[in-house]
Amino acid sequence: MSGPLYLAWRYLAFHRWKTAVLVTALSLILFIPVGLRVLVRQSSEQLTARAEATPLLVGAPGSPTELVLNSLYFGSDVPTTLSFAEADAVAATGLATPIPLYVRFRVRDQPIVGTTPEYFSLRGLRVAAGRLPATLGEAVLGAAAARTLDVGVGEHVISSPESVFDIAGVYPLRMKVTGILTPSDTPDDQAVFVDVKTAWVIAGLGHGHQDLSRPEAAAGVLSREDNVVIGNAAVVQYNEITSENIDSFHFHGDPGAFPVTAVIAVPDDAKASALLQGRYQESTSVQIVRPDEVMSDLLGTVFTVERYVLAGALIVGLATLATALLVFLLSLRQRQGERETLSRIGGSPGSIRFLMASEIILVLLVAIGIAGLLTLLASRYGSSAARAIAGL
Amino acid sequence: MIELRDLAFSYPDSDFGLSITGLEIAAGTTTAFIGPSGSGKTTLLNLIAGILEPDTGSVRTNGTLVTELSDRARRAFRVTEIGLVFQEFELLEYLTVLDNILLPYRINPVLKLQPEIVERAKTLAARVGITDKLRRRPRQLSQGERQRVAVCRAVITDPPLLLTDEPTGNLDPLNRETVLDILFDYVRDAGTTLVSVTHDHGILERFEAVVDFRSFHEIGPDSGSELDPAR
Repeated sequence: MSGPLYLAWRYLAFHRWKTAVLVTALSLILFIPVGLRVLVRQSSEQLTARAEATPLLVGAPGSPTELVLNSLYFGSDVPTTLSFAEADAVAATGLATPIPLYVRFRVRDQPIVGTTPEYFSLRGLRVAAGRLPATLGEAVLGAAAARTLDVGVGEHVISSPESVFDIAGVYPLRMKVTGILTPSDTPDDQAVFVDVKTAWVIAGLGHGHQDLSRPEAAAGVLSREDNVVIGNAAVVQYNEITSENIDSFHFHGDPGAFPVTAVIAVPDDAKASALLQGRYQESTSVQIVRPDEVMSDLLGTVFTVERYVLAGALIVGLATLATALLVFLLSLRQRQGERETLSRIGGSPGSIRFLMASEIILVLLVAIGIAGLLTLLASRYGSSAARAIAGL
Repeated sequence: MIELRDLAFSYPDSDFGLSITGLEIAAGTTTAFIGPSGSGKTTLLNLIAGILEPDTGSVRTNGTLVTELSDRARRAFRVTEIGLVFQEFELLEYLTVLDNILLPYRINPVLKLQPEIVERAKTLAARVGITDKLRRRPRQLSQGERQRVAVCRAVITDPPLLLTDEPTGNLDPLNRETVLDILFDYVRDAGTTLVSVTHDHGILERFEAVVDFRSFHEIGPDSGSELDPAR
């Protein structure tokens, strides 16, 4: 290390707290605008890419944003449901393939996505281990969900009750994990996928219990008249679907009336897409939205906010730079005696200027390095963190 | 040998003026400049060191006409030929004692810091009794220890001329004697010329020659016939 550079380094190391404050302030004013821009651009690209990969979304009337956020990013706000018959209605048009979604329940913080096998084809999801769900009560986990829940193939996950205070509400269902998906760097990584019927079982629309005609279930029989058997509260309800009890599981009511939170409609072509949108244009019972348009509107707001934040960051940055400059100038003034000493013992004006400049340059280089590192981390993990914070 | 001829110097916007028709200081001798504050002692020291440039006249040190040198050459001359010790020590607080001693090698591109220079610094530190303090900062030292560090820094380049400005001005009597012993032992052993500004008349008997700026005439055993100071 050259002499003046060594002296500069020693000066900064000696005044380590002052240096740390300067470096931190400069790092932040460099990182905030750059990091924010990287983060917003990356997040918007990911959000847009997922929205663009979802052709049309049919949902109950209400907020299109809420519908898109719940259906694409599994947000925690559950939109108004529509009946499963709407999926059949989409199929009946012959214009698109329907993929129902029922996103309401969770396994701890991971969303349970009730859907059909077509969903995995639409998203290009592949199984890294095991297989996709084949029967009622089976689940396949996104890579991050498996990591977070710390479960593997053959193990079990349990759905969380919606409210611990609702004792008459939905009981937890224990589900067998049949597969783990490969990472896709999308919200699918966080999800627990089940068949939509399994989601209905979690909702309490389907259930399995003891066979009341069998002698060992006698304690659960309230009355028996002719062929009509009425059970009492002692009847054992199954909270796990196994090969032994799967036959006892059944649904009450018309499955067409069962709820879904949305139906993804995958049109055969652009014309089919336009025709399908036209069919639903006048509907008051359902809405059809193009997720890319909804996200575009939402991101327009985000970009406006970003511009305000950047303008604010610029002002704060200029103020910080001015303060840093003042600190350097005051420091130089305070060190007039030191410069004279260096000059008297033979230091050239160039060497002394280089020494002082080196201190500023070293601080700037370290600040730029830290800001670069933070930007790198933001570009690598920022969008996932932002999605986690936003609950998407 | 230091030779000053027809030297005149004045500070801009000041009434102060220094005028010397002739002054010679023999090589290897010790000379003290005494006189009241503002009489020009430190100014003359700075003129000899080449830190200040005279308005007229010449300064010749060890055969080199310093006043004829360019800024760069004068600086290079000062680095290799002259060691400086100041009253306020002027050590850098953010450097260790060892780094302070080596400072001339850190700030002057003409000097190359080699391992043997570091060894020399350690030897000098041992000679002045601060070996165990090489890793400390100046503020962790006593006044006397700081001046010893300053002496080591001044002689690290092994200069033939040592200029000291009130080297004992900030020291208690005990430290004053210690620092003077170190200085005089060094110049005697190394054959260095010592010129020192001082207010302390108690130390004058250590010097071979004394230049009194009040009457500006030389007192001492080597009062040279060529000395013709005038003011």
